[in-house]
Amino acid sequence: MRESGGARAWRWLREHAVVIAAGLVVLYLLIPIAVIFFFSFNDPQGRYNFTWQGFTLEHWGNAFGIEELTDALLTSLKLAVLATVIATIVGTLMALALVRHNFFGRRLANFLIVIPMATPEVVMGAALLSFFLILGTFSLGFQTLLIAHVMFCISFVVVVVRSRLIGFDRNLEEAARDLGATSLQTFRLVTLPLILPGIFGAAMLSFALSIDDFVISNFNSGTTVTFPLYIFGAAQRGIPVEVNVIAMILFFFTVAAMGFATWQQRRAEKMASVRPEQEAGAGMPAGVPAAT
Amino acid sequence: MKRRAVPYLLLLPGTAWLLLFFVVPLYYMAELSLNSGVVGELEFNWNWDNYNEALSLYDTQFIRSFVYAGVATVAALLLAYPLAYTIAFKAGKWRNALLFAVVAPFFTTYLIRTLAWETILFDESPVTEILDALGLAPEGHVLATSGAVIAGLTYNFLPFMILPIYASLERIDVRLIEASKDLYASAAQSFVRVTLPLSAPGVVAGTLLTFIPAVGDYVNAQFLGGVGNRMIGNVIQSLYLTQSNYPAAAALSFLLMALIMVAVFVYIRFAGSEALMGEEAV
Repeated sequence: MRESGGARAWRWLREHAVVIAAGLVVLYLLIPIAVIFFFSFNDPQGRYNFTWQGFTLEHWGNAFGIEELTDALLTSLKLAVLATVIATIVGTLMALALVRHNFFGRRLANFLIVIPMATPEVVMGAALLSFFLILGTFSLGFQTLLIAHVMFCISFVVVVVRSRLIGFDRNLEEAARDLGATSLQTFRLVTLPLILPGIFGAAMLSFALSIDDFVISNFNSGTTVTFPLYIFGAAQRGIPVEVNVIAMILFFFTVAAMGFATWQQRRAEKMASVRPEQEAGAGMPAGVPAAT
Repeated sequence: MKRRAVPYLLLLPGTAWLLLFFVVPLYYMAELSLNSGVVGELEFNWNWDNYNEALSLYDTQFIRSFVYAGVATVAALLLAYPLAYTIAFKAGKWRNALLFAVVAPFFTTYLIRTLAWETILFDESPVTEILDALGLAPEGHVLATSGAVIAGLTYNFLPFMILPIYASLERIDVRLIEASKDLYASAAQSFVRVTLPLSAPGVVAGTLLTFIPAVGDYVNAQFLGGVGNRMIGNVIQSLYLTQSNYPAAAALSFLLMALIMVAVFVYIRFAGSEALMGEEAV
């Protein structure tokens, strides 16, 4: 018996319900980004950029024309670069210790790394401010921001680099040593290139966390203004459209960086997957990628 | 002897940083919460009244924060699961594009994303008009309601829910699901008995990663809510930064942290601890 059109449509809907729901969620995720993008071309008549008034490219042309905003952005970039460099180095060393060594206090170290990620930002910000206020040695400003940003980035670096190290095939290092490499050479020529995508990913995450941070910065910035702090301050008196423009520039820049990171990761995976074919004779089916 | 020192040397800088700038500050905040007096003449005298006052003055905001965060977490779970499931099992060549869509909001600044919601829910916006027509926007307003704040919280922390669920779904051995179908389980049965339990670690990690930042958040309440939607984060923020009432603010922060820890502990007891500790959340 043939189904009626309505019944067929209903069946199709039921079969694809999950995918349809997923599509709607994707829309939900992307709509605000589209709004930010479109409103970067808006030509608001009053101070508020909330309703569509007309198309203009003026604000893209004037992207860096508001001095306070550009200064805030530069402060954020400087802060993010410094925090990323410090957190990535320090966090990578911690990850190496935690994965490569068995030592007394390992669980405690793991706990110390998890706890900041499970603490709400407002508590972290408030605690740091209490500390700075009572101690009195640090004047609130760029230095306290840097301290705070490195602090909340470290845990994320450790988690990302550790996951890369756990999937690491240690036979590659043994092979290097069998071939006469010193431990330093092994680290530089084998270990580092293979975990580099992990380190790079961790650095990107740190950078994103730092440049985006508002809550902790709000507590510890003194009179220093970062990009998010500028937006917060401007929100009361109306946000200039240039903020949307800069947000979109940051967005496209991040997308490009992600693309680069993916490309690098593929390269590293290719490098590591030379191995399975060589080992095919040793009982491992060919084509099984090295554990990643 | 020298080799045994290696891990400690590697750990030293990071551990020192976390101890000095995370653990020690918590101690200072605890001390501050037991002070009395105003700025300039603060005095440590085990002043537990700060805690009594915090609870009696701001109990509404405490309860509101946990309710908002709870509702946002459940909403995020309901939105995240179908998407995570689709990415893991049905996306095919679209997988990377969908994963990109999930993390894309992170590439725009948090405050701007929240402000975008202010634009979307603004009084004369199309979305508000649709909601109004459906009778969901009393008096034509969406902004400055609990709904707007919860929607913002749900949106901002949704990727934290999607990614761990996706990660645990993706790791499932598809043969287990096939086996259940071979044993005559219906699609629904095989989902409830096999897929769902196997994705539990992701659900547990995702709910924690959504709930914890949502409870402490004050940006959404600030931009999308009104006076009647202030959360505990707003109170802590204003006591610290505008009223300089440090002892009360410190007591509130400590209470918040303690309450979250209790909630997380109860939840993990209830949901199974291996899900959290055995997993590296994201």
